[in-house]
Amino acid sequence: MDVSYFLISLLNGLSVGLLLFMLASGLTLIFSMMGVLNFAHASFYMVGAYVAYTITQAIGFWWGLLLAPPIVGLMGAAFERYALRRVHKFGHVPELLITFGLSYLILELVGLIWGRQALNFLPPESLQGPLFTVVQLPEALQFAWGSPPEVCKTVAGAICTQFPSFRAFGMGVAVLMLVSVWLLLTRTRIGLVIQAALTHPDAVEALGHNVPRVLMLVFGGGTALAALAGVIGGALRVTEPSMALAVGAVVFAVIVIGGMGSLAGAFVASLALGVIDSFAVGSDSSLADIFKAVGLGITPDTFGYVVWSVKMSQVAAILPYLLLVLILIFRPKGLFGTREG
Amino acid sequence: MTALQQTGWADRFRHINTGRWMVWGGYALVMIAAPLLWKSSLSLTMLTQMGISIIACLAFNMLLGQGGMLSFGHAVYSGLGSFFAIHALNMASKGQITLPVSLVPLVAGGFGALFAVLLGFVTTKKAGTPFAMITLGVGELVAAMALMFPGFFGGEGGITGNRVQGQPFLGITYGPQIQLYYLIAIYTFICTALMFAFTRTPLGRMLNAVRDNPERVEFIGYNTQFVRYFAFIASGFFMGIAGGLAALNFEIVTAEVVGATRSGAYLLFTFLGGAVFFFGPIIGAVLLVLALVLLSELTQAWLLYLGLVFTFMVMFAPGGISSLIMMNLRVASFGKLRPLIGSYLALAGTAATVLLGAAVMIEMVYHLQLNEALGPVMKFMGASLNAKGFDTWFGACFVMLVGLVMFEMARRQFVKEWGRTQEEIERLIKQREAAT
Repeated sequence: MDVSYFLISLLNGLSVGLLLFMLASGLTLIFSMMGVLNFAHASFYMVGAYVAYTITQAIGFWWGLLLAPPIVGLMGAAFERYALRRVHKFGHVPELLITFGLSYLILELVGLIWGRQALNFLPPESLQGPLFTVVQLPEALQFAWGSPPEVCKTVAGAICTQFPSFRAFGMGVAVLMLVSVWLLLTRTRIGLVIQAALTHPDAVEALGHNVPRVLMLVFGGGTALAALAGVIGGALRVTEPSMALAVGAVVFAVIVIGGMGSLAGAFVASLALGVIDSFAVGSDSSLADIFKAVGLGITPDTFGYVVWSVKMSQVAAILPYLLLVLILIFRPKGLFGTREG
Repeated sequence: MTALQQTGWADRFRHINTGRWMVWGGYALVMIAAPLLWKSSLSLTMLTQMGISIIACLAFNMLLGQGGMLSFGHAVYSGLGSFFAIHALNMASKGQITLPVSLVPLVAGGFGALFAVLLGFVTTKKAGTPFAMITLGVGELVAAMALMFPGFFGGEGGITGNRVQGQPFLGITYGPQIQLYYLIAIYTFICTALMFAFTRTPLGRMLNAVRDNPERVEFIGYNTQFVRYFAFIASGFFMGIAGGLAALNFEIVTAEVVGATRSGAYLLFTFLGGAVFFFGPIIGAVLLVLALVLLSELTQAWLLYLGLVFTFMVMFAPGGISSLIMMNLRVASFGKLRPLIGSYLALAGTAATVLLGAAVMIEMVYHLQLNEALGPVMKFMGASLNAKGFDTWFGACFVMLVGLVMFEMARRQFVKEWGRTQEEIERLIKQREAAT
């Protein structure tokens, strides 16, 4: 494994991890405040991408980035106000079920409005090129801003790996969002009310704060964060109706691995899953190769050769769930979780 | 003397619950008579599938209704059961193992239970919301693995088999669909009876207790995790049987039987039928097949309708259809149903109006989206509509809005009357208690 590949894989992994965390943070906030697992969270992520696409077509990407989160946030708040709050008295299972029903509806409506094909949602012109290029010469490692330098074409042994600007931009947005949410939660009055309502909703209500409205705000805010992730994720990857399901299950795995209701756990778990995924996708080896390296012979006649010979890149898609199972066996609380059960 | 004898007789038969015998007898009778009433091959196919999904939905409800566990990946157990069933069938037809076709579902059930033992150990570590998330993850895991090992799961094309094999037993070859129907009917009846019996076992009762108050169960000295685990295994066994029957029925098993869509369908329809009562999932299973076979033929927007119905059901009647039935039976048993009939008719009429307006608009949108090549004119319930015409949109909108206003009026009237009826019933119950 060469250094440039390692660097780029790490950066790619971190960017995917940050994207996951944008989703996981909203989901965790909603879960720890309301005890509701928002099954449709990834659907709001998808709606964010689609709304941003439409706005981009009309008035440009930046407006899409700016307007899509509040629009989707309003949708989320409206859903909380008119549907979720109504079933709150029935208990947790109906709450989970109504968000499950919503995910069905959103999927169907998105297919209806925007069609079932993947959309051509691209980052803006100014962010389409590479941000920098890692040049690995036989004797040295160099960085160059912008597009690949001349060395790549002239020197024979040079390996040039580019890092797209939009990926970096996405990471920047994620970090910015993280910091502002953290400041909002810890430094502002409303943030303090939210934090208090997390643990002592009755006391907060007794002090004269409107806790249901705070819940609505948190739900709307969480969906807005999901939509922001959707704008970045949609432009970075593909904007298609299956994007919600693809990312939704992984985000759930992130939350369980990190520990239910723990923001720090969700952060570590998302970054870890992102990096693991990025390295696994690029890896060509299998378990059989690893066994060979430590001296255990694995041949096509060995029992379960099919399992041993599967390449890491093929397994990448299921690694989050394998990790989930392992965590549950060895540390049921999750990485940073405080409560069992 | 004779009087004494008579009471003696009555005592001897008191433990036989006539009502229960009638219900179960009627259930068996319906299953025996159904293919004689609906003879077309489409209805026979649907009846067969209904039997399978009844087992699956009831098994699903062992967790959802009786244990309060919401599984998002329960198709894993029926799906893996299907795969092992089709492999067992193929091995039997090659002569590698001796296995009568009628017993293949039992093999599938065994494997369903085995995987429930393995995977359930992980999933049942948690209850409530985390349980739901973990089942989803495990479901994704198995679904992804199914595509990873084409040797066993058959890749995109799936695995095919042939249920007509071996020596005919009493002339039964399972060649004609009707023979398979009766096999499935027998399995369905026995499984329903077993699952009902399960609710009466100490384990079944503890499962209810774990659902309602896990903390207290722990204090009594039970391990809630193991109660959930055992129930999960039992549920996995019946899911496996349903999967095995499905493998026999379709004679092909593809990777989508373990997928999230299938799990979602079980969840959705079990809930629609009603998780609160034991018989609810049976209604749900019948609806599942009707929706999947008939509704999907009738309209392209069926998933949207399904989602809407489901969402409204969660919001307004979280007990599902069976709870609606039981609520009205309660009213009827006090003889108060007749005054409500007028309101019901008003509700149904106005709701149909809303539905008509909304359906016209939904169908027009779908038509524009999916069949644009066919031009803007489409057929809806025998009438041809111009999906791009202002008048059709205006008309549909008008019908829906008028329907909405009238529905709201009818609903308010109904809520008043319903409340009054309930109060009267409460009063009657109190009077009876006072009288005794």
